[in-house]
Amino acid sequence: MWWYAARRILQTIPVILGSTLLIYALVFLRPGDPIRAIFGDKPVSDSVIEQVRAQYNFDQPFLLQWLLFLKGAITLDFGQSFTGRDVSDLVAEAFPVTIKLALMALVIEAVLGIVAGTIAGLRKGKLFDSTMLVTSLLVIAVPIFVFGFVMQLIFGVKLGWFPPTVGGNTSFYNLLLPAIVLALVSFAYIVRLTRTSVAGNLTADHVRTARAKGLSEGVVVRRHVLRNSLIPTVTFLGADLGALMAGAIVTEGIFNIPGIGNLAFNAIKRGETPTIVSVVTIMVLVYVLTSLIVDLLYAWLDPRIRYA
Amino acid sequence: MRLSRRTRLGGVALLAAIGLTLSACGGGGGDDDNESSSSTDAVITARTTEPQNPLVPQATNEVGGGNVIDLLYAGLITYKDDGSQELEVAESITSDDNLTWTVKLKDWTFSDGTPVTAKSFVDAWNYGALSTNAQNASYFYYPIKGYEAVQEENPTVKTMEGLKVVDDKTFTIELNQPESDFPLRLGYSAYYPLPESAYADMKAYGEAPVGNGPYKLDAWEHNKELRLVPNGEYDGARKPQNGGVTFVVYTDTDAAYTDVQAGNLDVLDTVPDSALQTFQDDDSVQAITAPGSVLGAFQFPSDLPGFTGEAGALRRKAVSMALNREELTEKLFFGTRTPASDFSAPPMPGWTDEIPGNEVLEFNADEAKKLWAEAEAIEPWGDKKLLIATNTDGAGNKASVDAMSNQIKNTLGIDAEPKYYATFDEFLDDRDNNKTGALFRAGWQPDYPSISNYLGPIYGTGAASNDGNYSNPEFDAALTKAAGATSDEDRYQDFVDAQAILMEDMPGLPMWYTDGTGAAATGVENVKFNWQGVPIYQNITK
Repeated sequence: MWWYAARRILQTIPVILGSTLLIYALVFLRPGDPIRAIFGDKPVSDSVIEQVRAQYNFDQPFLLQWLLFLKGAITLDFGQSFTGRDVSDLVAEAFPVTIKLALMALVIEAVLGIVAGTIAGLRKGKLFDSTMLVTSLLVIAVPIFVFGFVMQLIFGVKLGWFPPTVGGNTSFYNLLLPAIVLALVSFAYIVRLTRTSVAGNLTADHVRTARAKGLSEGVVVRRHVLRNSLIPTVTFLGADLGALMAGAIVTEGIFNIPGIGNLAFNAIKRGETPTIVSVVTIMVLVYVLTSLIVDLLYAWLDPRIRYA
Repeated sequence: MRLSRRTRLGGVALLAAIGLTLSACGGGGGDDDNESSSSTDAVITARTTEPQNPLVPQATNEVGGGNVIDLLYAGLITYKDDGSQELEVAESITSDDNLTWTVKLKDWTFSDGTPVTAKSFVDAWNYGALSTNAQNASYFYYPIKGYEAVQEENPTVKTMEGLKVVDDKTFTIELNQPESDFPLRLGYSAYYPLPESAYADMKAYGEAPVGNGPYKLDAWEHNKELRLVPNGEYDGARKPQNGGVTFVVYTDTDAAYTDVQAGNLDVLDTVPDSALQTFQDDDSVQAITAPGSVLGAFQFPSDLPGFTGEAGALRRKAVSMALNREELTEKLFFGTRTPASDFSAPPMPGWTDEIPGNEVLEFNADEAKKLWAEAEAIEPWGDKKLLIATNTDGAGNKASVDAMSNQIKNTLGIDAEPKYYATFDEFLDDRDNNKTGALFRAGWQPDYPSISNYLGPIYGTGAASNDGNYSNPEFDAALTKAAGATSDEDRYQDFVDAQAILMEDMPGLPMWYTDGTGAAATGVENVKFNWQGVPIYQNITK
């Protein structure tokens, strides 16, 4: 298993090389001159603009820009933003906030989703099941920013239970409303996945055997039905952590959360390559690592799976 | 799956129940400060964007940093609410010939106790202008003699010839050419002083600046907030009436507006598009509007096919009169913009709407058709197409250009079409290099409150922002006359004369003045906008 994990981690190297090159190419192909944009409507002399351009390696061909970035990245120097600050500082400030938000959302959706999905699966066709199906369908159908704005208006402005935006204070309580919004859509998927899987496994042979052995219903559900049924759910949750962090762009905007989504959004608006590439690299790493963890979890959940 | 009516209702009820339960988890906390009486100790919260540069005045050219810089520093003069000038650090600014200006300073100190001297100003300006320092505001020193020399790629001189320190409290400024309203420029942030201690490590200084203005910086939490507290050393015209200003960083203006509605933020200096139509009737906020100094305009490239020569002059007027500015500002911007009646803006000292020939800025379909027909007789339009170019990443740009091309099409019966640029920098690139091939959008935000700042930089021959390459010796002469004027009345009259020439030539289309719009939470008092549409933060109380 360790050899398997090591191989998987080694595979991230070409993934990161490829994705950074791709982002460099995309930003390079973006029309216009981000350096000129710094000066806005006002005129600027060529000597000044050339100097600023050279400062960010924007005077180099793009392949060289990319290599210079990689060279710096190896020594943990990710370049500077147009604000003159180290990108590593910017990311170090924003990343913990996004991780906190995404983990809160993940816990909310996992706990509520699995519980609701299991109950629905066990009582297939009953009132609770139908209710969950309708609810989850509704949640999936409505775009996340609608939930964001509506819940912000109701619970933040009208009722005043939560602060409408987060701002500088990223406490657990301040992040709760955005985390719920962020969790909503995935919650709906998890309910549906778990429900189908549980309902299917209820009639499986090993469950019938367990029952025949005279095990109590609780043990059957927990040990034999649920554990098996969680494989698709865990796969989804693993991939979802990455999606939650990347997808936080919308939620972070609505609730003014100083996280990685806002950082990326502003950097893209300004064409600030070092920041965009650094953020994307981290996202890639998150995806790679969570999918590795998910794969390793399979073996624990389902004894039939073994990695050599 | 079939659903009974009961099941469906159950679903809705459950959804609501989940919502309520989840939200109840938070409970408590929230609104703790509900002081209704205003006090001078209350800290005001205001929206900002993250400053894009270190907090060095010479490095700053955007509003996020600019608002903070203006409170941290004091210049030679400051502007009153109406845009007129008032001496701040300067004791006097005088000149006999409008060419060499003598500045005398009051006794003044930086917030660290060191004195503000003539050198504090001269060194700071030289630092800002030197090309190798690559300061964003370097352009603003162009009127000063010796500016070109320090802007060269490898400058051999490091200081501007026109600046001379006479003694601790006196220095002189020599200009490239006479300029009667030069002191008006000196309230702009590029002309603020820097303390001696700044130059050792400018980057570190920009994180923790030492200013001489009404406030000093207490803390800057990047991408979160900037906390400003009153500067005890300050004794000038802008004395703080509150206990400090905390600027909260927002990426999205919608979020800031929501916070004002909820009483979570005191002042918002702009209104998001989504609320433009409703904010004036919104009971949960105080709406603030003020005449603005930003001019929305378009320029014709002087070599645009069909718009050259005698026929071109007639056509430019025809296009202007084919546009219904009243309708555009009402329908697209809900009355938050005002139809333009000149080439400057109402908050400017000496502004008047009585410019000879300015009826050309009024909608008149018959006259427009007549002028176009006259042009046809001289030189047929043929099957050409009039393109109207804009970047689409700014608020309202796309909608206004769409509507304008429709109005032109409908009134003149010619083919007119928008030309979009996805980003502002791409658009700027083509504008700078005269490659738009279109009537192009060219808004103008003045650097200092003078009508000359709307005319010279845009329509003066060879001027820096004259992207349409308009050139008319008569107009240049009128501006030179204004620059040499000895009284305000004379100067204002010269501006009227200069604008009358523009009304005749129509090198560009003034469209509308963008009103300053903002919102304040209920209970916040004394929120007013200055001539730039920026809240006067030091006067706000709650």
